[in-house]
Amino acid sequence: MFSWDLVANAVVAGILLGGFYAAVSLGVSLTFGLLDVVNIAHPAFVILGAYAAYVMNSSFGLDPILTGVLFTPLFYLIGAGVYRIYYGSFERRGEESLRGLVFFFGLLFIIEVALSLKYGVDYRMVEAAYIGKSIDLGGVGIAFRLLVPCLVGLAMTLALYLFLSRTFYGRAVMGVSQDQVALRLMGANPVRIKTIAFGLGIAAASLSGALLITISPVVPSTDRDYIGRVFAITVLGGLGSIGGTLVASIILGVAESLMATLFGPSWSLAVSFGILLLALAVRPAGLFGR
Amino acid sequence: MTTAGALLDIDGVTKRFGGFLALDRVSIQVRPGERLGLIGPNGSGKTTLINCVSGALPTDGGRILFEGRDITQLAAHQRTRLGIVRSFQIPKPFVSMTVLENLGIPLEYAAPARSGDAAVGALDILRMIGLETKAHLRPAGLTQIEMRKLELARAMAARPKLLISDEAMAGLSSAEVDDILTILFRLNEQGITIIMIEHIMRAVMRFSERIVALDAGNRIAEGTPAEIVRNPAVEKAYLGE
Amino acid sequence: MKIRGALVVTVAVIGLGVLVGGLRVNPYIYFAGYVVLQYVVIATAWNVLGGYAGYVNFGTPAFFALGAYTSIALLEAFRAPLPVLILCGGLVAGLLGLGIGYLTLRLKGVFFSIATFALSVVLQTLIINWDYVGGAKGYTLIRPPVPFFRSWAVLLFILMVVLAVVTVLVARTIERSWIGRGLAALRDNEEAAECMGVPTLRLKLFATTISGFFLGVAGAPFPYYVTYVEPSSTFDLNYAVNALAMPMIGGTTTWLGPVIGAVLLGTAQQIATVTISSELNLLIVGVVLVLFVVLAPEGLTGLVRKLRRRRA
Repeated sequence: MFSWDLVANAVVAGILLGGFYAAVSLGVSLTFGLLDVVNIAHPAFVILGAYAAYVMNSSFGLDPILTGVLFTPLFYLIGAGVYRIYYGSFERRGEESLRGLVFFFGLLFIIEVALSLKYGVDYRMVEAAYIGKSIDLGGVGIAFRLLVPCLVGLAMTLALYLFLSRTFYGRAVMGVSQDQVALRLMGANPVRIKTIAFGLGIAAASLSGALLITISPVVPSTDRDYIGRVFAITVLGGLGSIGGTLVASIILGVAESLMATLFGPSWSLAVSFGILLLALAVRPAGLFGR
Repeated sequence: MTTAGALLDIDGVTKRFGGFLALDRVSIQVRPGERLGLIGPNGSGKTTLINCVSGALPTDGGRILFEGRDITQLAAHQRTRLGIVRSFQIPKPFVSMTVLENLGIPLEYAAPARSGDAAVGALDILRMIGLETKAHLRPAGLTQIEMRKLELARAMAARPKLLISDEAMAGLSSAEVDDILTILFRLNEQGITIIMIEHIMRAVMRFSERIVALDAGNRIAEGTPAEIVRNPAVEKAYLGE
Repeated sequence: MKIRGALVVTVAVIGLGVLVGGLRVNPYIYFAGYVVLQYVVIATAWNVLGGYAGYVNFGTPAFFALGAYTSIALLEAFRAPLPVLILCGGLVAGLLGLGIGYLTLRLKGVFFSIATFALSVVLQTLIINWDYVGGAKGYTLIRPPVPFFRSWAVLLFILMVVLAVVTVLVARTIERSWIGRGLAALRDNEEAAECMGVPTLRLKLFATTISGFFLGVAGAPFPYYVTYVEPSSTFDLNYAVNALAMPMIGGTTTWLGPVIGAVLLGTAQQIATVTISSELNLLIVGVVLVLFVVLAPEGLTGLVRKLRRRRA
C-alpha cells in the first residue's frame, strides 16, 4: 500500500532520526575519525548513558536529557580513564590494531552483560512531558520524542564543530591527527590532547544515551544495533569530518525509515550494513573524507 | 640517455592526494648498475615517488617500466619478485621473528629461484653487513643503527636488481654513515643498481654517479654531483630566494 | 620424523576418545565434552585468521550459525547424511569468509572487523525471516536411530574429537609452512611483508576462507546436538566472545594456545553454568578477556615462553 503521505511521514521521521544518529556518531567520529582509535565499545557507553537516564527518571523523576547533561563530566572522566589504559597498554607499544580492538570489544561485552545482570532484559523507558505529544505540519505528524532528540543532536554537532575549529584545544585535536611532532613543538602534549578528545567522545555518549531512551525503550543488547549504524555513518561521512557525519546520519536515517515503512522494521539493520559495505567498496574515504 | 636500455623507466608519473599534486609528470631513467641520488627538500615528493615505483601507491598518470616491461599495474609483492626492492625510512622489522628469520621471509618469497640454500644465504648477508652475532636476537634487542642495517640486510635478502634506499642514514653518526655507505658501495660492485634518497649531502655527493633533484613534485635538475651543487634551481629549492 | 609424530598423537587422541565413549558414564559428560571440543574447533579456526594473520573476526556466530543452518537446509531438501552436512557447512561458511574478505581486506584491518560484526546481525535477520529453516519459531530435528554407537551422545562426542583433531592438525600444518611464515610477516608488518614479496591479499583471503570453513564445520553438527535450533541461541554473542577469549588466554601465535584456552575456559564454563548464572559466567569471561589483553597479551603459552627464555 503506497501513499505519498506514508512516504512523506517516513522521510520526515528519517530526517529527525538522522539528527539523533548524528549525536550517537559524534563520539566515534572524534575517536575513530580523528584519533584513529577504534572504540567499538562506544555504543555500549551510549546504552550506559541511557540506563543512567532511566535510573534518574524512575527514581527521581528527572528529565532524561537533563540527566544526560548532568552525567557528562562523569562520562568524560570515564572516557579519559579508558583512553589512558588503552594508550598505556597498546598505543605506546605500537600494538594497537589486534589487541586494541579486542580490548574495546571486551569492554562492550562487560558493559552489556553487567547491565543485563543489574537491570534484566526487560525493556526500560522514560517518562517526560514531551514524549507522546506531536504536532502536525501539513499532513505530516512530527513526534516530539523524535524532534527534541534531533534538535539536541544538531546542537551537539554544532557545538563539536565550533569546538574543533575555534578553540585552542579543538584545533590541537585536529592537529594531533595530522602532525604530532608539530604539536609537541607548539608545547601541547599529544597524549593529553588525545585524552581530552576521547573523554569528550564518551561524554557525548552520555547525552546521546539519554536521547536514545527518549526515542524508544532500551534493553542491554540495543548497543549491537548501533555498532553497524555508527560505523556506517562514520565511514560514509568521511573519517574526521563533522559535517560529513551529520549528512551521513540523515541519509542513513531516511534510508532506514523508508525501508521500515515499505518492507518492515526487521530489515532496517540490514540497511546500515548495506550502506557500510557499499561505502567501503565504492569510496572508502567517504563523502567528505580527507 | 635513451629510454631503451634503462633498467627503470619512470615515464611521466603523476600522483594526487585529493586536491594536492604530489608528483607532476615526473620522468627519470635509471641505467643498469648506476648509482643514482635523489634529493629534494621535505615534501618534494621523493618518498611518494618511491612508493609509486615500489607499488605501495597507485599512480594517477604515466607509466613505470622495469627492464622494458610495463609494471604500472603490478602489485608491490610482484614488483619485489621482479627485483625492485626498497628499504623503509623508519625501519619496519618483523618483530615476532629473529633477525635471521626476518631475512628468511624475502629469501623465501621474493627470490626463491635465485637463493640456493636459504639459511646459508641469510648468514652470508648478515656477515657482510656486520650483524651475524645478532642473528638469533629479536629486533627489540637491536640498537638504532643495527635496525637500519637489518632493514638493508632484509632488502638484500630479496636479491634485488634495483635497490631503493630511503633515508637509511638519517640520525646516524658520521662513522655510522660511512659504515652504511661502504655496504652500499659493495652492493653496487656486485651489480645492484642503487637509488639513494638522502638528506645527508656528504653521503649523496660521495655515493652518486648522477643526481636528480625534485621540488614540489617536479624534476628541477639532473646532473653529476658537481653540476648539481652549482645548479641555481637546486639552491633556490633548498634555501629559498 | 615430525609427520609420524603427529600421526601417532592423532591416532592416540582419537583412540582415547573412543575409549571414553565406551565407558558407562553419565551421558552429561559426553555433552559437556562435545561443547568443550566444539570450542577447540572454534578457537583454533578463529586463531588462523586472528592469531596468525592478525585480523580480528567479531562475527564468529555468523559463520557458526551458517554451518548449522546449511545443515538444516540440506536436511530439509535432501535428508543428507552427516558427513555431507559437515563438508557443505564448511564450504558455505568458507565462501562467506572469502566474500567478506574480498570486500574488506584491501582496506584497514578494522573495517574487516566491523564488517564481521555487522555480518552477524544481518545474517541473523535473514535467518529469522527464512521459514524454510524454521525462522524465528525454530527448527526441530528428530534424530534417526543412532548408527554404530551406543547413543547419539557418544557419537557426537567422538565426532567432535575427530573434528577437533583434524582442525588442530590443519592449523599446525599451516603454522609451520611457508604460508604460516608469510602470515606471521603480514601480521607483524603488512606493508613491509608486501614489499618483501609476500602476496598479502592472497594470504589473507586464504586465512579468512580456512577460518570460515572450520567455523562452519563446528556448526554443522549443531542441529543434531541441540535438536531444537532457533536463531537467538545459535547466533549467541557467547560464541563471539569465547572465540576471542580462548586464543587470547591460551596464546595466539601457536596452535597450542587456542587448544589450551578452549579446554581451560570451556571446562570452567561448563562447571560454572551449573553453579552460577549464565550471565555472571559471561561477565567473568569478559573481564578475564580484558585482563589478559591488557596484562598478558601473549597468553599463557607466551608467559611460559618468557619464563623459559629468562631461565636460559
